[in-house]
Amino acid sequence: MKMLEILKRELRGYFFSPIAYVLVGFYLLISGYFFSTFVLSTHYAVLSPVLGSMVTVFMFVAPILTMRLIAEDMKTGTDQLLLTSPITVTDIVIGKFLSAVLVYLVALVITFLYPIYLKIYSSPDMGPVISGYIGLFLIGVTFISMGIFASSITENQMIAGIIGFALILGFWLISWLGDVFTGRARVIFQSLSFFDRLNNFQKGIVNLSDAVFFISVIVFFIFLTIRVVDKRRWS
Amino acid sequence: MMVELKNVTKVYGTRKAVDNISFSVDKGEIVGFLGPNGAGKTTTMKMITGYMPPTSGTIKIAGYDIVEQPIEAKKHIGYLPEVPPLYLDMMVEAYLHFVGGIKGVPAKKRREDVERIMHEVGLIDVRKRLIKNLSRGYKQRVGLAQAIIGDPEVLVLDEPTVGLDPKQIKEIRDIIKKLGEKHTIILSTHILPEVSMVCDRVIIINRGKIVAMDKTENLSAALQNARRYFVKVEGPYEEVVRAIENIEGVTNVEAEIDQDNVVKLTVESSADKDIRKEMFFAFAKKGFPILELKPLGYSLEEVFLELTTEEESYDENAGNIKEGA
Repeated sequence: MKMLEILKRELRGYFFSPIAYVLVGFYLLISGYFFSTFVLSTHYAVLSPVLGSMVTVFMFVAPILTMRLIAEDMKTGTDQLLLTSPITVTDIVIGKFLSAVLVYLVALVITFLYPIYLKIYSSPDMGPVISGYIGLFLIGVTFISMGIFASSITENQMIAGIIGFALILGFWLISWLGDVFTGRARVIFQSLSFFDRLNNFQKGIVNLSDAVFFISVIVFFIFLTIRVVDKRRWS
Repeated sequence: MMVELKNVTKVYGTRKAVDNISFSVDKGEIVGFLGPNGAGKTTTMKMITGYMPPTSGTIKIAGYDIVEQPIEAKKHIGYLPEVPPLYLDMMVEAYLHFVGGIKGVPAKKRREDVERIMHEVGLIDVRKRLIKNLSRGYKQRVGLAQAIIGDPEVLVLDEPTVGLDPKQIKEIRDIIKKLGEKHTIILSTHILPEVSMVCDRVIIINRGKIVAMDKTENLSAALQNARRYFVKVEGPYEEVVRAIENIEGVTNVEAEIDQDNVVKLTVESSADKDIRKEMFFAFAKKGFPILELKPLGYSLEEVFLELTTEEESYDENAGNIKEGA
């Protein structure tokens, strides 16, 4: 339950300072712009292209949202409080991770307004909307797990942000390699592709394998983060 | 035994920051950890509190090994690092509640605890202030409060008075003394009077090794096998010095002219001989009145310098021998 204490403190850190408001505001502003221009120009009651653009926006937001999570503690010395308290590194990392996930969730929930608008003025197919949101949530949390990992490897927030963005972009672009190669390499890169798996969700296809893929990547980066925080003390 | 270190070594890269030290601290003791900068004080404290593990050796807190059973061991420790680990964007009270939370103080008890500790440490007036807006002295108090929450038996305080003004230093020392009634305390410092004022026992560490460990009063007595006096005498400089040097048992005299016709002397004699009477008669015979006479102990400061500079003076001797040869 000590993990909850970390979570509460981090949420306080987000919402008692301008960080959460600026980031959520930026996210909503850009996605709102995509939504309005798309709907007004095409007159389609479809959300999936907008959700696709929202992924791109969050690629920029996620590193900034997560860069302070661990780096700041190392910089200011508050890690000395956390690591000498009777609480495990796992609890610390997961508490911090969940705080960023909750901020993201807040932003996502506000964007539920878009499908509600569509529903009011038209009759959109809600299946792809729901599956699209599931995909959007999963990929966002994946970005967050990469961001918190980046934050654990340096005490400089700026560098953590840049590394986080590089990681996210790197994994995002892996799908392009699938098109370059043929044969087995192509299959491997395509199976690692975030892009293709996200596409399934947006088309309304919920594959268990896609969900498991994202969850595995999340678990992998959280695990790495815990190891890094733990390991640094031994050096 | 509240804290027990056995053959603890910490190696950073190729440098030994702490070299095979062993000591233990009993329940209720206040131990001063003394040494020049870079001696390994902070590293040792970081290992005791479980912030970093030792390269080799074992550390036990209240019987729990800090590496093997970290959660149990850490329940018994409160730690104030050199820079207090404060979340600057939090209010004092909220911050202390948070600390209570991660230290596992049950929610119900936490409110009372935080209230009591804020009284104890003197934070009631600033409870709703943001930590970043507090003065250095108040931040240090918040740091102390943070260490006490959860009522740990052992407090580890790294340079608790560094960077404070004299009034704040006194306040913090008083708080520490009060805490010493209920807690076992290990505190590090490079300010010597602090140790003699606050601590029961001193551990002097230099270049990662323990060079001395004893009760505070014994340690300054240890170097007192020579008797030293400060004497102020009225009379012409040369004659005064000659008079004192003629006394049997005097081993060393430092003389200095204080003002017109007044000489300040620091006189050392062997331990077995009290030269005060002879000094009196020697000066009386010459008609030089003694204006002041007081015995000088070695202060802890001198003991400290003696112990931590030993190696260098040894090197000097080695050089002399070479020259002589």
